[in-house]
Amino acid sequence: MLALLAKEPAHGYELRQRLVQALGPIGEVVNPGQIYVTLARLERAELVRGVQVEQSAAPDKKVYEATPAGREHVASWLMDSSWTKVAPTEFHLKLVAAAATGLADPVALIDAQRRELLRRLREVQRLAESEPPDGDGALLLEGSALRLQADIRWLEACEQRWSGRRAG
Amino acid sequence: MSAIVETVGLSRFYPGDGAPVRAVDGVDLVLTEGESVSVMGPSGCGKSTLLHLIGGLERPTAGVVAIAGQRVDGLSEAAWARLRRRGIGFVFQAFHLVDELSAVENVELPALLVGVSRRAARKRALELLERLGVGDRAGHLPDRLSGGQRQRVALARALVNEPVLVLADEPTGNLDSHATGEILRLFAGLREARQTLLLVTHDPRVAASADRLLTMRDGEIVEDTRLDGGLPRQAVLAQLVGWEA
Repeated sequence: MLALLAKEPAHGYELRQRLVQALGPIGEVVNPGQIYVTLARLERAELVRGVQVEQSAAPDKKVYEATPAGREHVASWLMDSSWTKVAPTEFHLKLVAAAATGLADPVALIDAQRRELLRRLREVQRLAESEPPDGDGALLLEGSALRLQADIRWLEACEQRWSGRRAG
Repeated sequence: MSAIVETVGLSRFYPGDGAPVRAVDGVDLVLTEGESVSVMGPSGCGKSTLLHLIGGLERPTAGVVAIAGQRVDGLSEAAWARLRRRGIGFVFQAFHLVDELSAVENVELPALLVGVSRRAARKRALELLERLGVGDRAGHLPDRLSGGQRQRVALARALVNEPVLVLADEPTGNLDSHATGEILRLFAGLREARQTLLLVTHDPRVAASADRLLTMRDGEIVEDTRLDGGLPRQAVLAQLVGWEA
């Protein structure tokens, strides 16, 4: 959101439009309430500044713009190449912990996780089918689908390892 | 909804050193009309053997197979061949195309064998090749086609008689991402036409395209779960947002 404001100021409703435009169906999930909560938080952190604008026919509205600190924040975020995706690490720890404590069967955890990821992949593929193939929404969904596929393939490797351990 | 495939206690054992290898071990399974089902599991778990038993390419050691309500485990080889020609489409990793026939001739062959007119068979074959993105290769002999193109020709041939049941073993094994997408779109069309689809696959995209997932291990189905209707769309999108953020 901050990045979208760094381009030009906007009020809450416009910002939501921009989100939907940038993210496709994924942007539609963000409800207006969340937008105002986030804006208030960003304002407290002095990353955005809200200005009341008088309107003749409607109540005043607040237009938000990024502060210099906010723009700097976006810039460093853009340059940050860390790839935040901790799920495999955490899941790996779960398998180790499950086996060590005997609280769950690692192979059953893998089956359940794969089922869940396949369901998500199914929904993402369905959504992608209904998007225009050249649109930004489709491109983002393709990214999600590829990550899910990679995770599912990794779960297959986990299955091989852990079912081998169980048999042996 | 009527059952297209029903198995009871279906088993296939191979002789091994000492104890027999239980490739498929007591599988009870019902596939209904229009359902698409994927089978996953580690190599050697028996998933291909299960497909062969349902399609009559191997005979069960024990148990019952019925197709569209008719018991088929005791059928003669000739009766199986007739059933496969009309009612079952097979897609294998190895594509078994006739080398001397062009792509379109390979595809129309099963239609001609069941008495479809030459014109209608050619039309149907060309349509299928077109939908699979290999329409411009219709006149080529198999040895002039790439692996992925041959696989799609074999798929078109399996579908030309509009079988009630399609059995596919790694149908996208040799395909790039784009060709896999074309096959998945074709499978979606099969669902709409109420054809039943059983897919053995390692490819997450193919597995996720199905309505239902079977997981096999050591010859047994250890999990049978629905993939459709699980999550509302909003929930999936919300997870993605949390994930991409």
